[in-house]
Amino acid sequence: MSEVATILLKSEGSNLQRRHRRSRMMKTFFQVATWTGVFILAILLIQISWQAMGWLDLQFLTSFPSRFAEKAGIKAALWGTIWLILLTAVISIPIGVGAAVYLEEYSGPSWLNTTIEINIANLAGTPSIVYGILGLALFVRWLDLGRSLLAGALTMSLLILPVTIMASREALRAVPKSIRLASFALGATRWNTIRHHLLPAALPGIMTGIILALSRAIGESAPLVMIGALSYVAFTPNGPMDSFSALPIQIFNWASRPQKEFYSLAAAGIVVLLLVLLTMNAAAIWIRARAQKDSRW
Amino acid sequence: MSTTTTSRTALDSLRVRGHRRWVEEAIRLALFLCAFLSVATTVGIIWVLVREASAFFFAVSPIEFLTGTRWAPLIEPRSFGVLPLVCGTMLVVAGAALVSLPLGLASGIFLSEYASHRSRNILKPVLEILAGVPTVVYGYFAITFVTPLLMRVLPQTQVFNAASAAFVVGIMILPMVCSLCDDACRAVPQSLRDAGYALGATELEVSTQVVLPGALSGVLASFVLALSRAIGETMAVTLAAGATPKLTMNPLESIQTMTAYIVQVSLGDTPAGGISYQTIFAVGALLFVITLIMNLLANRVLRRFREVYE
Repeated sequence: MSEVATILLKSEGSNLQRRHRRSRMMKTFFQVATWTGVFILAILLIQISWQAMGWLDLQFLTSFPSRFAEKAGIKAALWGTIWLILLTAVISIPIGVGAAVYLEEYSGPSWLNTTIEINIANLAGTPSIVYGILGLALFVRWLDLGRSLLAGALTMSLLILPVTIMASREALRAVPKSIRLASFALGATRWNTIRHHLLPAALPGIMTGIILALSRAIGESAPLVMIGALSYVAFTPNGPMDSFSALPIQIFNWASRPQKEFYSLAAAGIVVLLLVLLTMNAAAIWIRARAQKDSRW
Repeated sequence: MSTTTTSRTALDSLRVRGHRRWVEEAIRLALFLCAFLSVATTVGIIWVLVREASAFFFAVSPIEFLTGTRWAPLIEPRSFGVLPLVCGTMLVVAGAALVSLPLGLASGIFLSEYASHRSRNILKPVLEILAGVPTVVYGYFAITFVTPLLMRVLPQTQVFNAASAAFVVGIMILPMVCSLCDDACRAVPQSLRDAGYALGATELEVSTQVVLPGALSGVLASFVLALSRAIGETMAVTLAAGATPKLTMNPLESIQTMTAYIVQVSLGDTPAGGISYQTIFAVGALLFVITLIMNLLANRVLRRFREVYE
């Protein structure tokens, strides 16, 4: 009897040890997997900064593209990106926030609203190049806007609209129901309530979402290639109907050349692009953190 | 409200109310139009694709398109079999899946089950930076770092190859898998974990035999969504994978994906309206249909299983 118990205990004990050992081993594996991602990000950043070293100077920022790597710069691309983002913001913010307000505050359950919701989820997963095809057929050719900034901004707006809508809805949903009820109880209409209470309260969340959506638009290049943004532009745009280049397009062009010296130019362009993106992300995080601190509920 | 005041003010108040109601309705309509724009976008995409692709399919039979094994729309003798492009896409997606699914799932489990609150708060945003890096940057990374490395290890690697494109696409979608798996695991109620520990299970057993089955729908949906993203990925594969439509299973060779082909045509000077120009709409339609099916599938899986615990 006691012999059996000892054997049982022993086998249990070694079994338990084995199970714990396996658990520890897998924990290490999970940990290594997580750090692999961080590690690769570090390699990517170091490798690109290394390549860009020596090429990133004032001359690079203030020169137009050139056949000679030493003379080439990103002036046109940088201005094109700034124009593109401003236009995209002007178009997409009112529409995106408006759609979010409708879906959160007005719409009840109906087949139309369900259709709209499923639609937005699907559009968020549609490849960006499909938006490029749409932009090419609809804006460039059908509306005859040509290869202009406006055509690019309209395409980009459609591309980031689902993200903007989803982020803004998230922010509106976080405003407590009591705020709405208090406002209605005082006789305010729905729009009064939205305009004076919900939008101000949700503003930090909406802004965070918009900044992240716009930073996605800054990095996108496939739709711009489709609608025919140019890689060689030797002027800065003066209006929304001008043709343009953008940072990712310029990088793509340099990176796809056979001559190796253009790789360094591409790397320098990437550093500028990543700096812009990181600044925007930092701004979004800062707004979110400040809003959480000042939150009234 | 105005029963005791004079009828004049009552009338005014009514008029104001009527005006307000009218404004309210106008605003409601404007906001509805904003929301409806998403449906209009989808209709626009489908309309454009169907219109141009149907012109293509008048000239080329859909059966030839879907079953042909030679893709040469720009050079004589022309041939419009899309399978080499699909094959190239699948090669990249399979490679990306090999990289991102195990790593993403493992790091998702680590973040939700093992990591301390503090390290989670640092690791998750850092991993999300990977998702924010523009795809053209991944393309650059593939040709200037991954490919040279690969060539040193396997000298038969071609300058443009599917493997390095697949690797960087895998890294690109890794944060998406990780983040969605993390969310899915965290949605499993703590009481189930506690019950597991009370029965004497180890951390690993709780993670893999209690949490993971509970989070399975979310995990599968994250896989499908990430792979759909990999199929539509464009700039990295255009830069790194080459422009050789080829039916091959060898990831070290140069191939061409559906998206890379579309970019190639739009970069060149193919005249608008011709049959080679219409190919981009046919290929784009195929791409759209594939990703649409995958997205619908993932959304359905998510919705069906989301409320199991409530």
